[in-house]
Amino acid sequence: MDPASTDEHMWRRGSRLIMRSLRLHPTMHATAMLGALMYVAASIGGAVILGRVTDDLVVPAFEDGTVDRGDIWTMMAIVVVVSFVRGAGVVVRRWFLSLAENRTQRDWRRDLVWHYLDVPLRFHRERPTGELLAHADLDLTTATMVLKPLAFSASVVVLVVVATVTLLIIHPLVALVGVILFPTLVILSQIYTSRVEEPAARAQQGVGDVSAVAFESFEGALIVKTLGREEAEIERMRAASARLRDERLVVGRIRAFFEPSIDALPHVGSIALLLLGSWLVSRGSATPGDLVLAAVIFGLLATPLRVFGFFLEELPRSVVALDRIDRVMATDIEPREGVTSLPDGPLPIRVRHLTVAYGPNDILTDVDIDVPAGRVAALVGPTGSGKSTLMEAIAGLLDPSSGTVDLGGIDVDDVSAKEWSAAVAFAFQESFLFTDSIDQNVGLGVRTDAEIADALAVAQADTFVAELTDGRSTVVGERGTTLSGGQRQRVALARALARKPKVLLLDDATSAVDPVVEAEILAGLRRSLDMTVMVVAHRISTILLADSVVYLDEGRVVATGTHDELLKRDDYRALVTAYEQGDA
Amino acid sequence: MAGQLPELEALDAVASLIDDESPEIGGLTVFKRGLKVSPDLRNGLLVTVLLALTAAAGRLIIPILVQLVLDRGLLGDDGYRPGFLWAVALGALGVVALVTWATRVTLIRLVDMTETVLMNLRVRVFGHIHRLSLADHTESRRGVLVARVTSDIETLTRFTQWGLISWITDTAIILGTVAVMLWYSWQLTLLVLAVHAPLVPFLRWVQRRQFVSYGLVRTRVAETLGHVSETVSGAEVIRAYDYEGPVRERMEDSIQRQYRQQQRSMIWFAGMLPVVDLVSSISLAAAVGVGVWWRGDLGLGVGELVAFLFLVNLILNPIAQLGEVLDQTQTALAGWWKVLRVLEVPVDVVEPDDGEPLPEGPLSIELDGVGFSYRTGPPVLRGVGLRIPPETVVAVVGETGSGKTTCARLLTRLADPTEGVVRIGGVDLRVVSPEARRQSIRMVPQDGFLFDTTIRNNIRFGRDDATDTDVEQAIDELGLRDWVGGLPDGLDTVVGERGGRLSVGERQLVALARAQVADPGLLLLDEATSAVDPETEEALAAALDRLAGGRTMVSIAHRLSTAERADLVVVFDAGEIAQVGSHEELVAQPGIYSALYASWIGNTRSDPSAA
Repeated sequence: MDPASTDEHMWRRGSRLIMRSLRLHPTMHATAMLGALMYVAASIGGAVILGRVTDDLVVPAFEDGTVDRGDIWTMMAIVVVVSFVRGAGVVVRRWFLSLAENRTQRDWRRDLVWHYLDVPLRFHRERPTGELLAHADLDLTTATMVLKPLAFSASVVVLVVVATVTLLIIHPLVALVGVILFPTLVILSQIYTSRVEEPAARAQQGVGDVSAVAFESFEGALIVKTLGREEAEIERMRAASARLRDERLVVGRIRAFFEPSIDALPHVGSIALLLLGSWLVSRGSATPGDLVLAAVIFGLLATPLRVFGFFLEELPRSVVALDRIDRVMATDIEPREGVTSLPDGPLPIRVRHLTVAYGPNDILTDVDIDVPAGRVAALVGPTGSGKSTLMEAIAGLLDPSSGTVDLGGIDVDDVSAKEWSAAVAFAFQESFLFTDSIDQNVGLGVRTDAEIADALAVAQADTFVAELTDGRSTVVGERGTTLSGGQRQRVALARALARKPKVLLLDDATSAVDPVVEAEILAGLRRSLDMTVMVVAHRISTILLADSVVYLDEGRVVATGTHDELLKRDDYRALVTAYEQGDA
Repeated sequence: MAGQLPELEALDAVASLIDDESPEIGGLTVFKRGLKVSPDLRNGLLVTVLLALTAAAGRLIIPILVQLVLDRGLLGDDGYRPGFLWAVALGALGVVALVTWATRVTLIRLVDMTETVLMNLRVRVFGHIHRLSLADHTESRRGVLVARVTSDIETLTRFTQWGLISWITDTAIILGTVAVMLWYSWQLTLLVLAVHAPLVPFLRWVQRRQFVSYGLVRTRVAETLGHVSETVSGAEVIRAYDYEGPVRERMEDSIQRQYRQQQRSMIWFAGMLPVVDLVSSISLAAAVGVGVWWRGDLGLGVGELVAFLFLVNLILNPIAQLGEVLDQTQTALAGWWKVLRVLEVPVDVVEPDDGEPLPEGPLSIELDGVGFSYRTGPPVLRGVGLRIPPETVVAVVGETGSGKTTCARLLTRLADPTEGVVRIGGVDLRVVSPEARRQSIRMVPQDGFLFDTTIRNNIRFGRDDATDTDVEQAIDELGLRDWVGGLPDGLDTVVGERGGRLSVGERQLVALARAQVADPGLLLLDEATSAVDPETEEALAAALDRLAGGRTMVSIAHRLSTAERADLVVVFDAGEIAQVGSHEELVAQPGIYSALYASWIGNTRSDPSAA
């Protein structure tokens, strides 16, 4: 790639980043800029005053031997007041700039996390959670890092103008030295930017990788322990960290070239100035006083130049970090915003020619299912036959490759996601509980006390919940209240029941529950069923609860009918009566 | 039935130790502790400091050169001396080059040293978290722990990239300037220093407040990450239950809290420098006043006084820089503190230095007066005594919370008993080497967590030196060939995050194959096939029975078909062993087991009365 165009590109991307923040919080940035200008003005003022102190107070005092006490106090007061203004400028700049930076960060973070909530579920399946965490944390803080020196860097422009004008007044040739300095700075930073962009992007990716490894490893902590793989996991973390370090070292070396060079610029300028100035003085074109003033001005430029250099250094890093976030934000969110509403009461489920594929492989192929309203259908099939995927499709949680799902004759695509999820309750095979109270987990903030209590009772969760420290207000997962697998399943089941859904989907939702308790749950369900139910069933007791059975194998419906009808099939009988056969 | 698992209460106590708020302590305390953990920070530091000092000294020399030019090359007795000027200019350029070089080398050395130190620190904290079994917790806790090994350590990276070198050079510049000031007039210098003196307690106070404030920022960042991680992990449930609203509110709340704390910590940053600046200006004003008023007594010439005043003015810059750096330093110290706190949490299960091996082949199990309770809470196991000869197939049954899972944890040394001894193969488990334990004892938990790689690799994680043939053999031994054949890429199918591209039952199959490839002398199955269909489960059980000839097998199961086949059934109730015997014996006597079995039959037989 042509480096010049890359640089231009980077600068354009950088200014776009800054403009985005400026547009979000213009007042903050403007006030910060004002503070920066106050500081610059007071700094110049301070230098001027020091000169006046010398000329008007110190020198006369030594030469005439007289000094007015009032003059001394006045001078001292002026010095303090100027520093006060300078300090106030700093307070204003820092406070409003950090407001702008922190608010920009907050707004971008909110947009990003909102996006996580809006994107299709496959987005989450395709990306490591740890990397999504890195986007929400370190990518964001790095992206806004460049805003920190922004106001000060902008105020440098004022300083540069003042300096250039002063230098011009002294002598055009002297001004030339100053003018040459800035293109040099630009060239240096272009070299830096073009070299640092790729390693900086890789380093930022490295941060994401470290985060992904950490998250996955912590998530599988129990497995890591039981397999005794701690050392292997530590090695994996070491490898990811080493890659990050190596990229950081590359960035560090480029920076180690750039930063001292920026620092050296004003010094080199001063030296050139002295040579030139002395020559001008010797020719009578300038006075020694001019020369001193020019030198002071160059000295004054040193710190702002450093800050400006810092700004130029941060720019590519912030830009690549924001790029990472923008790539995530670019995912389409495909909201389902149908306006048709579903009829009341239990609804018939109808699935037609449903095909679901992950990549090139079909999980479900041309599935047709009918469950009449208020009936119970058992979904039976061997491990990996696509039962959970079918449930997810009915719940409207995935986009089928082809085919339709409808409830009461109304297609899933014609109904808003909100309405659909209100009608369909899905008890997942792996129960997920929020770090929140049992009440909140079951009622999700919308169910009444009585509804929650009923649901907990049917799910056989009321007794153990009552025994928890704070009963239903107990926060799950905190302060020691972590439930066993069977208890979690029952709370999750209660969550599904509490909705009083029109359609209830149970995906092997009692697999971790004791057989005694499970029998009680099923009995309770039998009593309170006024909904259409589709249940993934392994045990005869569950299957017997159903009016009909859908037998799924390798993603296809191979048979439908009552349990007794299906028992005529050898494969079906072998599957569901395996426990009895085991006895034989 | 106890609803809570007290073990997690203890874990949570540990976790809150990590989340606690930062105390008001000096930065030096944190630094000393950090240095103890990462002594490598000292590596080559002397040379780096010397180089940084060279760079700092070089910067001081430039103004001196300017002075030289003016006094001797232009305004001196000889007037304009181009030769001298060129010589001085070249010399000055040389100094600039030296400063640039020294700064460059310093930066490179610093980045090399600190990046390596931080990498090691990160890896160490990561390993420690694994040893603490802290990670095996809630979704939100996981986010917090990820923050510890990423975000918190990054604050240190930032600091070492910008702050560290500034501390060295700016301190050097301040000291150098003060030295020159002393040379001009010690009285005025003392005056200037005296005016600055109140800054010392002030900055100390600010530093402590900043440390606490930034500590809170770290806590808030971790909380936000905790919520984000819960939001991402629970995406499916959130979607299915239309729970976006409350989740959004919670996220908004934690994002706002993080923002507010970040901004609050800025009060110190924004307010501190002006105070320092003001004090410095007062000292400058005082020097002007005193210097002019008592000029005679001080014996200063006009040039000297002016020079002195310029020096006082000059010192403002590095002081301002340090103010800036102090802020970064506090952020870094707060992050460092959080990281160090994790390392301070003691590990419960300490591995022996010279562990003993386990005998080859099937292993006996011996529980001798075993009791277990967590740091807080009542005992979970009481006086458990059990002897199981090698090659026995044992089924453990009992209600949730009866202690059976805890018992399995003790057998795999996920925890140590608080009373009594666990012996495997006749050896106290506490002195068994981790390698031997890893090779010979294997537990398959209910949660079939897989790593995001191929099925083959996941199985191979069961034994490091497992070959492709070993993997194939494990598949065949368990009768999973047909299932593998139906997968899109066979054993090379990539499973997705936590195994999400496979069904829950399929994940359990992989987990079982993973244990099989290790061919352990003691195999523990904790509900290891709960999500598998009956036919496959029965086939697996039959296969495992065949294989049990060479090993001892303990299954924790709700499905009593497992117990029917076992040599020995152990029934747990309320932390004690209630019944032990063969299936036939236990069914024949009234008790917990026969009741459980009756219910099981009711659930699994098409015609219960037939059983």
